[in-house]
Amino acid sequence: MKNSPSKSKLGDLLFFNLTRAVAMLTLLVLAGIIVSLTISAWPSIKTFGFGFLTSSEWNPPAEQFGALVPIYGTLVTSLIALVIALPISFGIALFLTELSPTWLRRPLGIAIELLAGIPSIVYGIWGLLVFAPVFGEHVQPKIAETLGEVPVIGELFSGPTFGIGLLAAGIILAIMIIPFITSVMRDVFELTPAMLKESCYGLGGTTWEVVRNVVLPYTRVGVIGGVMLGLGRALGETMAVTFVIGNASLLESPSLFMPGNSITSLLANEFAEASPGLYTAALIELGLILFVITFIVLSLSKLLLHSLEKNSGGKHVG
Amino acid sequence: MLRKFKLLQISALALAMGAASLAVQAAEITGAGASFPAPLYAKWADAYQKATGNRVNYQSIGSGGGIKQITAKTVDFGASDMPLKAEDLNKNGLTQFPAVIGGVVPVVNVAGVQPGALRLSGQVLADIYLGKIKKWNDKAIADLNPGVKLPGTSIAVVRRADGSGTTFIFTNYLSKVNAEWKQKVGEGTAVKWPGTGMGGKGNEGVAAFLQRIPNSIGYVEYAYAKQNRLAWVKLQNASGNFVAPDDTTFKAAAAGANWAKSNFGEILTNQPGKDSWPITGATFILMHKSQAKPTQGAEVLKFFQWSFKNGGKMAADLEYVALPDNLVKQIYGSWTAGIKDGAGKPVLVAK
Repeated sequence: MKNSPSKSKLGDLLFFNLTRAVAMLTLLVLAGIIVSLTISAWPSIKTFGFGFLTSSEWNPPAEQFGALVPIYGTLVTSLIALVIALPISFGIALFLTELSPTWLRRPLGIAIELLAGIPSIVYGIWGLLVFAPVFGEHVQPKIAETLGEVPVIGELFSGPTFGIGLLAAGIILAIMIIPFITSVMRDVFELTPAMLKESCYGLGGTTWEVVRNVVLPYTRVGVIGGVMLGLGRALGETMAVTFVIGNASLLESPSLFMPGNSITSLLANEFAEASPGLYTAALIELGLILFVITFIVLSLSKLLLHSLEKNSGGKHVG
Repeated sequence: MLRKFKLLQISALALAMGAASLAVQAAEITGAGASFPAPLYAKWADAYQKATGNRVNYQSIGSGGGIKQITAKTVDFGASDMPLKAEDLNKNGLTQFPAVIGGVVPVVNVAGVQPGALRLSGQVLADIYLGKIKKWNDKAIADLNPGVKLPGTSIAVVRRADGSGTTFIFTNYLSKVNAEWKQKVGEGTAVKWPGTGMGGKGNEGVAAFLQRIPNSIGYVEYAYAKQNRLAWVKLQNASGNFVAPDDTTFKAAAAGANWAKSNFGEILTNQPGKDSWPITGATFILMHKSQAKPTQGAEVLKFFQWSFKNGGKMAADLEYVALPDNLVKQIYGSWTAGIKDGAGKPVLVAK
């Protein structure tokens, strides 16, 4: 008993150093990945320089490599996914927390969380064998007849209706990220104190006014966090996209019906059989670029959160 | 305490004896590389272990990975669907030999066209993939197929999306028979495909598109075409004959090749011989010329010697084609001449 204070101090010190070491290890691994990617990609960086980012040429036999097509594919499919998933997830979360009868909340919530547990390869196979034929035969022609006729954006919905392509990949991605965004949104919506909501209802607010003026301002940090989680997943998703994106390194028309390529699908397709040398280096540089894109997206979301906090008068909400 | 120590001693002894007897009885060799022959290597390895007790671990990581691993000496043998060029072999002190033969088959989905009913030449096949021949009733196709009713619809071109040995053999053939293809596209495990085609992942991806899209053409490994009863195409070979893909025409292509002049670096496309299937290819084993561990090297060669002798039936079951006898003899010769221990003695003299 006598020396217990010093003993516990020693324990504290040990524990502190142990946890710090684990935290540092993560940073070390991160730095290690960046360094090794850069080293392995160096032949490609040296040969193509900045032009790698702006060239749409991907020609392994001629050893000409450019990343524009896969970068475009990655960003466009993720953007489509976000545009579709955001309102749907918001609607689901809103229904689950504010509108749904209590007995339905649990089963519905669990069903949506189960969606998040389906392996991506299953989404890919389903997308290729079930979704794409239906989409190409019945949905795409209708989109082409309606949205395709609208002046400026009509270009995006023109061309042959294969079923697979950038748009199909974006939709599959949307289905995949909906459960992530939804469950985060639902969790943060539930954190809103009942008293605040009841007060607004007491003032005669409708459900929409309560959500608009109380729930959303109170939870926006969490909501944006959930959206970023979904976006991160969409950017890095590989297997499902590979199955439905069409895998063509082409950039001839702006149409979303056309087959394309994302960074991850190109890597998954070509890495195994790529010959050592410039080809492999170019593929690794693609990996490095994806790393940077994800980093930029995360930084932007942090900046966004920061400015939001400032605007709300320095008050820390969420 | 004493008892514990004794026990420890006994178990250590037993362990040492076990290890020693293992070293005498069962060798364990590792290989890595091409995925195309992986099912066959796995079957051979299984049968070999049952027959001799020796284990062969083969990791199907892709040809690129196989070349990297054998260069770094982390495996006893590497495997690649593409033969290495002489200068690459010499640079890394490697030697290569073919292990098994396979074929690539163009397949079509055109209403009313049965397997083997359509005839194409290499020139026409390349023009289709170049996008120069756009319709099924194009004169170039119709001239080769009097009596076959062909629709006036557009040809939907299907190809592999992933890098693969199949694509390498296919594009190598098109480069040999069509000058424009050679100049514009070239050959490789992945190429910059002209025109808008659909890319399927793996043989099964190509087959899925082919079955779904009417009026399409694609190419798959022979085994895949046969097992799925796809409508394969008869091709005109270098001697001008139209031949069907099967083991005899693949063997004919392998028999006609002059293996000696190129360290076995022969790509069997467009081979002479009246029965040769024009899109044939072998898959290759890579080994170091100078074996740092001669016993391991000898075990690898013993495995392949056993497989060449006993594995023909297993290969045929999986729709691969075993090497012809004269080629196996040449391979044995190359082992004696080329794969040696530190003192310059062959690690295995096979007959």
